[in-house]
Amino acid sequence: MAAVAETLETVQAANDGGYKWGFETDIAMEFAPKGLSEDIVRFISAKKNEPDWLLEWRLKAYAHWLKMEEPEWAAVSYPKIDYQDAYYYAAPSNKVVPKSLDEVDPELLRTYEKLGIPVQEQQRLQGIAVDMVFDSVSVATTFKDRLAKEGIIFCSISEAVQEHPELVRQYLGSVVPQGDNYFACLNSAVFTDGSFVYIPKGVRCPMELSTYFRINAKSTGQFERTLIIAEAGSYVSYLEGCTAPMRDENQMHAAVVELVAMDDASIKYSTVQNWYPGDSEGKGGIYNFVTKRGACRGARSKISWTQVETGSAITWKYPSCMLLGDDSVGEFYSVAVTNNHQQADTGTKMWHVGRNTRSTIVSKGISAGQAQNTYRGLVKISPKAVGARNFTQCDSLLIGDKCGAHTVPYIENRCATAKVEHEATTSRIAEDQLFYCRSRGLTQEEAVGLIVNGFCREVLKELPMEFAVEAQKLLAISLEGSVG
Amino acid sequence: MLKIEGLTAEIDGKPILKGIDLEIPTGEIHAIMGPNGSGKSTLSYVLSGREGYEITGGSATYNGLDLLAMEPEERAGSGVFLAFQYPVELPGVGNANFLRTAVNAVRKHKGEPEIDAMQFLKLARTKIKALQMSDDMLKRNVNVGFSGGEKKRNEVLQMALLEPTLAILDETDSGLDIDALKIVADGVNAMRGANFSSLVITHYQRLLDYIVPDRVHVLMGGRIVKSGGPELALALEAEGYAKVAA
Repeated sequence: MAAVAETLETVQAANDGGYKWGFETDIAMEFAPKGLSEDIVRFISAKKNEPDWLLEWRLKAYAHWLKMEEPEWAAVSYPKIDYQDAYYYAAPSNKVVPKSLDEVDPELLRTYEKLGIPVQEQQRLQGIAVDMVFDSVSVATTFKDRLAKEGIIFCSISEAVQEHPELVRQYLGSVVPQGDNYFACLNSAVFTDGSFVYIPKGVRCPMELSTYFRINAKSTGQFERTLIIAEAGSYVSYLEGCTAPMRDENQMHAAVVELVAMDDASIKYSTVQNWYPGDSEGKGGIYNFVTKRGACRGARSKISWTQVETGSAITWKYPSCMLLGDDSVGEFYSVAVTNNHQQADTGTKMWHVGRNTRSTIVSKGISAGQAQNTYRGLVKISPKAVGARNFTQCDSLLIGDKCGAHTVPYIENRCATAKVEHEATTSRIAEDQLFYCRSRGLTQEEAVGLIVNGFCREVLKELPMEFAVEAQKLLAISLEGSVG
Repeated sequence: MLKIEGLTAEIDGKPILKGIDLEIPTGEIHAIMGPNGSGKSTLSYVLSGREGYEITGGSATYNGLDLLAMEPEERAGSGVFLAFQYPVELPGVGNANFLRTAVNAVRKHKGEPEIDAMQFLKLARTKIKALQMSDDMLKRNVNVGFSGGEKKRNEVLQMALLEPTLAILDETDSGLDIDALKIVADGVNAMRGANFSSLVITHYQRLLDYIVPDRVHVLMGGRIVKSGGPELALALEAEGYAKVAA
């Protein structure tokens, strides 16, 4: 309930222009030369002082990418991207690698504080450890020592490459192979940073782990890579948040996230994506081309994706689960909001391989303005997946008469004992609902916020508390001015 | 005091209200009775600000405020409450959350401080008890899966919480059994007082046995054709609209 009150406050606070994360941090930066080439790949690898095997891995990906073509099957349209017209590496030009928070440039910490991220470990009440990724590099990670006592590794992937090369080498690209798709392949060649999480056998991670991605520099793409490994019987809840300054240009964000869950392990992965969506005319905004996939390798393992996607000019994202272990469970809970000229083509893939594997998909798409919102999902059941079950529910909510909602479910079932269910609805915010709320004293915007939050409830309740509050606020702000 | 003068309104170019004159002094309860299609619901929607009705003439003021110029939420904030004939379902929105949001919205209009979740629960439980309802009401989603009677009771609960000074009840008695009818009537009677006025719109005299009005008006063909005391309602019940209004 407090969250709704807070939603209202935020809506009022944001009346002056919506996207309040659109500021730019003025800090000395170091860039790679503009453009993309084998030299740039070598430059990035050298900057990070990477071992030869990783440079080779990158170069192999780059060579493969050159032969690939940009996918065109998604229901999104945008001008051809000039991959030579962007920077692939941008980092605060801090010569020394900070060893602790005290050594991090205060200007950077202020940036994160301004975004509402708990950067100081003193803020223990938050119970969240944070890795802060600023453009191409991780600038700080909190609670590392505390977590290390449990044997948990939580650091930037660059650091993991140096400190735990054996783990990185074993798992990198094992869930999302280099050649998986165009954007994942590009990421494999030029990824600059991201988070690395390793939870040892039987350990329940005592706090929420989170990464906060911030694109700051102009004309820069962010290519991060996240790898989470949960050993047998372990549990981790991981959150990510994203924002960027308001700019007229489009910037690219092409991330790869790989999750591995062994026997009885459980990974809960939550995203609140709030990249700059572009202005009301559709100018600017982030192109969010992301590949997220989890492998439930062990028996009874579980991977749960929850996403609230409110930002980005274009979202192309299908967090997926490969249900390999018997009795493993995959979940996908999604709220995707598109307003003005935003386009989202998002959904999931549930690939049932093990016996008695189960998957649940709940997708809530909200479309306003002239936006297009597509759910695209694949449920694939292999012949060996005896007793597999899937339940899919896709609900779309339309606000106004110029937007679109589309549902594209693919079901490939090769197993006679599998059970697959799909439900879909499309509705509008009814005039009588708005009037009912307004006759009780709520403003139009408060009414829309309330109704939309009600529509998304099933998904929002999956989010960790702190994020649920944040997400409710975002929903209200994203839809501001969409009615009447 | 509610003052309506020469009010005319139409929907899609079709005139519905054809010149309503009505005054409800503060502290009084007036009933409007009339056959189907006479404009009863239109009058309640026009007074509470629903879209889709074009006001073509006349005025409606409440305590000197030009009601027709105000947004629906401003009217609510000024003490006007509409109990819906068909309360609307809000899937996924918890009733407690909705009620508290509404209470705080109205308090804010009045310049009163908002109340927190604990204060609200305490207040809501008191009202629920007084209305002989169940706490269960708070846990469910707004009107979703409510029976007809439960929906109407929820309207009365909202009224009790929002403490309006002018309550418009749009056929709140329709579809209610006698027990529910009494609960609704008790809810209204509990609010009766020097600072509370109400416009009770109904088809049947039955409700007026429980909520005894100060005045009764007969609405037919978009005009008030006859006004009188409570005895007018009895005459209508006995002889029908056509005869009484003739």
